[in-house]
Amino acid sequence: MRNTKLVSLEEAIRRSGLKDGMTISFHHHFRGGDKVVNMVVDKLAEMGFKNLHLAASSLSDVHAPLIEHIKNGVITRISTSGLRGTLADAISRGLMEEPVVFRSHGGRGSAIASGELHIDVAFLGASASDELGNACGVPRSENAKSICGSLGYALPDARYASHVVVLTDDLVPYPNLPSGIRAADVESVVVVDSVGDSSKISAGAIRDSKNPRDILLAKSAAKVVINSGLFVDGFSIQTGTGGASLAVVKYIREEMIARGIKASFALGGITAHMVKLHEEGLIGRLIDVQSFDKVAAESIAKDPSHVEVSAVEYASGQHLGSATHALDIVILSALEVDTDFNVNVLVGSDGIIRGAIGGHQDTAADSALSIIVCPLLRGRIPCVVPKVTTLITPGKSVDVVVTEYGVAVNPERPEVRERLVAAGVHVVDIHDLAAKAGSIIGTPDPLPFGDKVVGIVMNRDGSVLDKIYNIK
Amino acid sequence: MKEASAGTLESGDILIQIAPAQKGLEIELQSSVAAQFGRQIKEVIKDTLEGLGVEDAYVKAVDKGALDCTIRARVTAAAVRATGKDVWKD
Repeated sequence: MRNTKLVSLEEAIRRSGLKDGMTISFHHHFRGGDKVVNMVVDKLAEMGFKNLHLAASSLSDVHAPLIEHIKNGVITRISTSGLRGTLADAISRGLMEEPVVFRSHGGRGSAIASGELHIDVAFLGASASDELGNACGVPRSENAKSICGSLGYALPDARYASHVVVLTDDLVPYPNLPSGIRAADVESVVVVDSVGDSSKISAGAIRDSKNPRDILLAKSAAKVVINSGLFVDGFSIQTGTGGASLAVVKYIREEMIARGIKASFALGGITAHMVKLHEEGLIGRLIDVQSFDKVAAESIAKDPSHVEVSAVEYASGQHLGSATHALDIVILSALEVDTDFNVNVLVGSDGIIRGAIGGHQDTAADSALSIIVCPLLRGRIPCVVPKVTTLITPGKSVDVVVTEYGVAVNPERPEVRERLVAAGVHVVDIHDLAAKAGSIIGTPDPLPFGDKVVGIVMNRDGSVLDKIYNIK
Repeated sequence: MKEASAGTLESGDILIQIAPAQKGLEIELQSSVAAQFGRQIKEVIKDTLEGLGVEDAYVKAVDKGALDCTIRARVTAAAVRATGKDVWKD
């Protein structure tokens, strides 16, 4: 009898030695289309497990069924980068007794590598795997049912978890190489109908904006990039997923062509926009921890200069070899920025969790220049405020804030301010932006927070940055 | 006065529905920003109606994060439709 790894999900769980109270982990590369978390936790509930710690790289609206599993005691602790939808709403209102622990992607990678976050059993969805567990997020046969591209957030789990179960919807002949998840790290392989709906990878956070305000913000942010002093041949760049920060790429591209400048690499969540610039020869390499859309996922499948990196190699603060340390410019979005340049990307101004730390902390801290792009107001909700609702990225990591009412520069970066003023950028004091917002909307009444801690925000170095209280 | 409405449920707008009432002003507000701005929004609605001489009315407001200027415009339009008194003509 040769094949011992290929088993049913139930058998894989039994073999893993999982016990009540242990830690299980998942990746979120299928984003809103993920099917693995719900499938596995349903099975664990059916098998009678209790008191488990669910450590996912992120969770979204599709994971609302976890609410029942929290109520019935199957899941009693959660660690994640983000929470959205009804699950986030319920947790914000005090669903769990133990607070959710939020880490950045780099922070999670570091915590797993150091053992601070020890994973007992990792359940990792893959679009192709052979029967020994060489597994990847791209199609490797005509029968492939899914594609998610990079498996960057799953790679620390695969390497450091005590026991690794690969779930795949396309079992391919050995050897499925090259693959990010290597057979040597994998104990069981489970074939399932579907690991995820690939059409939903780009749902959720990512929008391609036609909103004129977003376009104005993008043009302003591009002007900042171009005049930052870092826009020289061989520069490197990362963008977040907000509508404006995606649109920036379009305007930077035009200037790169005009000046004959090429980027050495683009990092992070890779989008179709970045793939386009890469294929045009404007970006040398794509370093991809997460493929943000189908175009990016297809590109990593075929292009050897579009490479997969683990969350540790991407953004660990503890490993000086991580890619963020070589990053020149990052463009990020925000729910709120305050007058000390602190940023909140996790908790809405209504006190309800509705976002993710993602790589925000990591890239802002390590890059040479971090640019936050956000409107002054979203409806009646101010984005530039006297004090953020929840501290996610400390102001000392944030260099420039771009709004439609002007660009604020961190006083710690006078040389950047000088360059932008010289280039004719409308530079303003961040206090004036907050005052402008206040003059339009009035002074908000305080949020009705309770005294139960529902979330703990970790800094990427493992220290506690902030606490999130329940909202009444 | 008859029943009338103005506004939409688009983000950044407010839907105002006005109906006749026997005595006083009753405002029912649903808002995506109720915790922080509910009090201010009700005040703007009340002040706008009082400025138009509307003292007895039932108002249902569904707010999607509208600014004060939008709220005033929608309340005024709804009141004009409800009372038939065109405040812009004079």
